[in-house]
Amino acid sequence: MARTRRIDDLLSEAEAKELADRVLAMSPADETDVSVGSGWTGNTRSAVNRITTAGEVTNTSVSVTARFGRREASTSTNRLDEEGLRTAAEAAADLARLAPENPELMPLLGTQAYAPSDGFHEATANLGPAERGRIAADAITAAAADGDLTAAGFLTAGASASAIANSAGMFAYHRSTSVDYELTVRTADGTGSGWAGVAHRDRAALDIPSMHARAVRRAIDSRNPTGLEPGDYPVVFTAHAVSDIVGLLAGSLGARSADEGRSAFSAEGEGTKVGQKLLDEKFQLASDPAGLGSSTWQGDGMPLGQEVWFRAGVLEQLSYDRYWADRHGVRPTGGPGSLRMGGGDASLEDLVRGLDRGLFVTRLWYIRSIDPRTILYTGLTRDGVFWVENGEIVRPVNNFRWNDSPLTAFASIEALGRPERVSSSREVPPARLSSFQFSTVSEAV
Amino acid sequence: MMKRRDFVKTAAAVTGGLVLGGHVLEVRGLAAGSPLHPALARSEAVVDPVLREILLEAVEAAMSAGAGYADARAELLLRQSVRTREDHVEGVSESASEGVGVRAFVDGSWGFAATPDMTTDGVVRAARIAAEVAKANAAVERSGVRLAPVDAYGEVTWTAPHEIDPFSVSVEEKANLLLEMNQVALRREGVRFVSSGVTCYRTDKTLATSAGTVAAQRFMRVGPYMSITAVAPDRSRFQQRGAVVEPSGYGYEYVLENMTPEATEVWADEAVQMLRADSVEAGSWDLVLHPSHLWLTIHESIGHPTELDRALGYEANYAGTSFLAPPSAVLNTFRYGPEFMHIEGERTSAGGMASIGWDDEGVPAQSWPMVEDGIFVDYQTTRDQVDWISEYTGRTRSHGCSYASGWDDIQFQRMPNMNLLPNQDEDLSDDDVLAAVDRGIYLEGRNSYSIDQQRYNFQFSGQVAWEVRGGKKTRILRDVAYQARTPDFWNSLAVIGGPSTYYVGGSLNDGKGQPGQSNAVSHGCPISVFRGVNVLNTGR
Repeated sequence: MARTRRIDDLLSEAEAKELADRVLAMSPADETDVSVGSGWTGNTRSAVNRITTAGEVTNTSVSVTARFGRREASTSTNRLDEEGLRTAAEAAADLARLAPENPELMPLLGTQAYAPSDGFHEATANLGPAERGRIAADAITAAAADGDLTAAGFLTAGASASAIANSAGMFAYHRSTSVDYELTVRTADGTGSGWAGVAHRDRAALDIPSMHARAVRRAIDSRNPTGLEPGDYPVVFTAHAVSDIVGLLAGSLGARSADEGRSAFSAEGEGTKVGQKLLDEKFQLASDPAGLGSSTWQGDGMPLGQEVWFRAGVLEQLSYDRYWADRHGVRPTGGPGSLRMGGGDASLEDLVRGLDRGLFVTRLWYIRSIDPRTILYTGLTRDGVFWVENGEIVRPVNNFRWNDSPLTAFASIEALGRPERVSSSREVPPARLSSFQFSTVSEAV
Repeated sequence: MMKRRDFVKTAAAVTGGLVLGGHVLEVRGLAAGSPLHPALARSEAVVDPVLREILLEAVEAAMSAGAGYADARAELLLRQSVRTREDHVEGVSESASEGVGVRAFVDGSWGFAATPDMTTDGVVRAARIAAEVAKANAAVERSGVRLAPVDAYGEVTWTAPHEIDPFSVSVEEKANLLLEMNQVALRREGVRFVSSGVTCYRTDKTLATSAGTVAAQRFMRVGPYMSITAVAPDRSRFQQRGAVVEPSGYGYEYVLENMTPEATEVWADEAVQMLRADSVEAGSWDLVLHPSHLWLTIHESIGHPTELDRALGYEANYAGTSFLAPPSAVLNTFRYGPEFMHIEGERTSAGGMASIGWDDEGVPAQSWPMVEDGIFVDYQTTRDQVDWISEYTGRTRSHGCSYASGWDDIQFQRMPNMNLLPNQDEDLSDDDVLAAVDRGIYLEGRNSYSIDQQRYNFQFSGQVAWEVRGGKKTRILRDVAYQARTPDFWNSLAVIGGPSTYYVGGSLNDGKGQPGQSNAVSHGCPISVFRGVNVLNTGR
């Protein structure tokens, strides 16, 4: 069976460098980039109160990017013997010779300095199938304790080691772990559904029993929802719901599309909205790769540091890749990854206590773009929507479809709670918003 | 400008297509030609005798370890993409991934293990792990799952119908075609940006089952795309025309037939017209849905709710459940739509992305009714699901919907091609169908799609919307989306076009399962009219 120390499946820094150097030496191209990824993931899935599947996958792959002047092409393979690597290197060069020129190619980066980032945790690396199975069984037990609940969950843990190197001498290596666990609990009569999720790089940071309890409680409390008309309501969003809206905003921060006049952050006439106060002053958003244990480099070797996107509701900057930054004489930022949204000290319960009349929303679902010009999206609520009066949850209500934008949602922040990890590389707070636009009823449970 | 006929000739003459793959089979002496030039090698699926022996060893090892049924599946997946914007190439990449997945069925439970080590030792080790995992799962709880019978088909092969293997066309040729089309779009005044690309897939899959089938198959998929952006001179607004061509299970000839200068001129013109279009008046409208749009409505509101595992709660934590549940309450009684509405499931159509010879557990391709005379009559099934509903369907065999997205994924129930059959009584043309609408909106192309976790409430939009007055398309409208409840929507189906309006769309990346797996699937349908649908104005 699978080894208990999956760390043995990861390439060490020395092994990764040796492998990358070997591929660089094989490349017939004028210039070459190599990236190496190795890792394992283990998962346990449950549904209808049973463990339904469990799997362990280990894989290592190598990508080679070959360049001749401004002609470039990439190949990747999971075949790591001498012939497999040589085939990948030679095919990349052959493809690159045939590729038309890309005038936007930037020169390869030489040796760089990277901020240290520790995202590797033994407790996660040792989260094997037996313990995952016990956790899934605990969830089923917690649901079964009530008699008429069914649990469906997914727990995935993994470790990865990745490295990049190029023929100009650049080399970078990073190793990290992540664990992500979510649980849906449904009532047997099909009228109630609750959800909770936790994630981190460090399994030891997860409080799994209370996460199980949250999902069970939301399922029981959401049973037999009563009807509520669609409309604009004040809301308390869990951190997971807030994270979905943050993601929509982050996906619109590219400088190039703003400069090209096809972004919500393009100013009319010319220029961009950088420097304008667009959101509530409580809104802060930054990238913090080192703080969240993510790699502090991007695929081409460019170092990634802390970047502030919004401060006190003001759009501080947009994201630049190396080409666009070079053309505009600014510093490249890389994309808005490893996000931290600022918050306060309040708990989720505190946020509810401050809500006079409005909705508590557990989770958002099936979010799709409607209009990039206004960052207008549509989506649904799911797995627990509750009517709140005078700071108390008073009854479950039906799900809704919503049509709204982060530009209006985050302009209406009343209060923010304590930030929490919603994925291994993102930390956001729960929030109370003065208005969110629910457009139609969804009778789905 | 290069004419398409000339281009086909050029493409056919090029033998310099370069791929990474094929090497394992070639090293084993199966196919002729250099590993770097498999375009010179075979173009049809064949059973590699060495690989067959390795897979049968794996099946045997799983059976010896206690399995009642086992299968071993070797896959070599090649993927190549060429991406451009305006006047230059943005990226050229190619990847190859290969390995073997072994699945064992022990006492009603599944176990699975996969390895990139394609030696006998490697796959036998995976087979033993798969059997151990199955035993461990069976020990926790007896699931009572039974496998429906399947015939032994011996050694069989199947190759996706194609004229030009997409990997036999050089990246240079592909890039030149895309750049040429970009120039056509940019010549239209008002168009500022164009991005385009083509992604090609080829999968060689060999399955060996303990039920007596060894199936070697070759699948192809091509995904051409283009997005054209028009920006107002004062930058007060911008509009995109995308999703212009559907992905397909045919070869590269499909790209050549569809990415044409004539079509690109139309798309570019639509992008510019949309900038000046009037905003729609919200309210109740008749909808005329072109197949390039309607296929995804079918996919979301009929395809997903008829997945049997989903209806029974197996996807509850991710994609959700289904309003079509429990089976006993809906099979043969639930009215999906009017009597002239017929939906078939199939894995047999030429060019269909879910088309196969045999599925990933050795069940042959077939077609079957799912909605008949407007009534829901059957779900999508795999061998381990048939027993759950045979009492209501009378079916004792799987519909062949087992699929895994790669060698390292366990196969499970995935969507077949699902089609809305055209009008059998009259071959109504597009114009005939439009003539049935006095005040309506005509939509073309997929755009924004969102639907709830039981597939009731959906909100969809198209790439281009036209106002229809007195049976004719009049002017382009913007900010159009429609929102409905699935059963209400399908019961508002009023007119369907004839076979001449039938058109096949599809998705290259349909997600399901945890860990997520991607499926490719096609949906054919005629142009159709739906009465009195709620239309929103999404402008702000």
